[in-house]
Amino acid sequence: MSKHTRIVVLVGLLVALLVAGGLSYYASSAPDGLNRVAIDEGFDKGEKDHALDDSPLSGYSLRGVDNDRLSGGLAGILGVGLTFVLGSAIALAVRRRGADSSPPERSDRESTTAGGART
Amino acid sequence: MHVPDGFIDAPVSLGAGVVAAAGIAVCLRGAHRELDDRTAPMAGLVAAFVFAAQMLNFPVASGTSGHLLGGALAAILVGPYTGALCVAVVLMVQGIFFADGGLSALGVNIVTMSLVTVVVGYLVFRGLVTALPQSKASIVGSAFVAALISVPVSSLAFVGLYALGGTTDVSLGAVATAMVGVHVLIGIGEAVITAMTVGSIVAVRPDLVYGTRGVAQELELRPSPVSA
Repeated sequence: MSKHTRIVVLVGLLVALLVAGGLSYYASSAPDGLNRVAIDEGFDKGEKDHALDDSPLSGYSLRGVDNDRLSGGLAGILGVGLTFVLGSAIALAVRRRGADSSPPERSDRESTTAGGART
Repeated sequence: MHVPDGFIDAPVSLGAGVVAAAGIAVCLRGAHRELDDRTAPMAGLVAAFVFAAQMLNFPVASGTSGHLLGGALAAILVGPYTGALCVAVVLMVQGIFFADGGLSALGVNIVTMSLVTVVVGYLVFRGLVTALPQSKASIVGSAFVAALISVPVSSLAFVGLYALGGTTDVSLGAVATAMVGVHVLIGIGEAVITAMTVGSIVAVRPDLVYGTRGVAQELELRPSPVSA
């Protein structure tokens, strides 16, 4: 990763961590659009319990931590970390590597040399 | 818009799971074309950012909140195939670790919140960017509109799946009207967040935004003053 891309990624990750770890405490706890409509139209009664309701991060709070703010914040931070690692791992596994690194995009074709040199 | 277990019956949930799996397979191949050493790090960041943003429910109406879905944003930042994968990763982490979104509804949720939002969002974005004069403002404005439209369309995809396999007898017209109504409001929030995020990255590093491909010449890409 070039030095500058690394900075962007780190800054972005920091923002994500702050949002999930801190700002999320202030998020609205009202039911989201789907749940609201489900309640109003009466199909929420079909809902079944989640199979993994007992997991340590269920409901975005870290089990065993009593303080609400800390519990939610830590859950958020763990979630951001987990998605970052998984997302990065998949991207790295799937990416084009090395010699055929240049993207086969229209803009690149337009920018090839006059002699039509292969990229 | 996470669907819990029990809303959609088993056959339709399974069918949606097959569609989701096929979609992911297509996206894995497409992402191979979109990602290289330079752009791969952005994918992890996009997934992390969408996860974080989805925790920030904002009020949209009395007793109702909404949150970013993120498909349009992801598609514009890292490309549609990679973007859909990012959102799918978020949904899987949420379903498995956070009990947000039913496990049996994972297919449904991936179809509506990853595949539909990305397809709609990216098509609208590309259509607008192609039609408008090439500039940073066009990119940001197109991102706004693409994100705005992607959300209610995604909610209609849910209604369609509910029509096929919903477990409670309800008036589909009433559900569709209510869903679109609230998700237009949520779409406005999505549009604002998407435009602000795309705008701030385009301002400093347009080369890291997939959606600028084809308009790069107009965005005055200059080497950073700190030489690489």
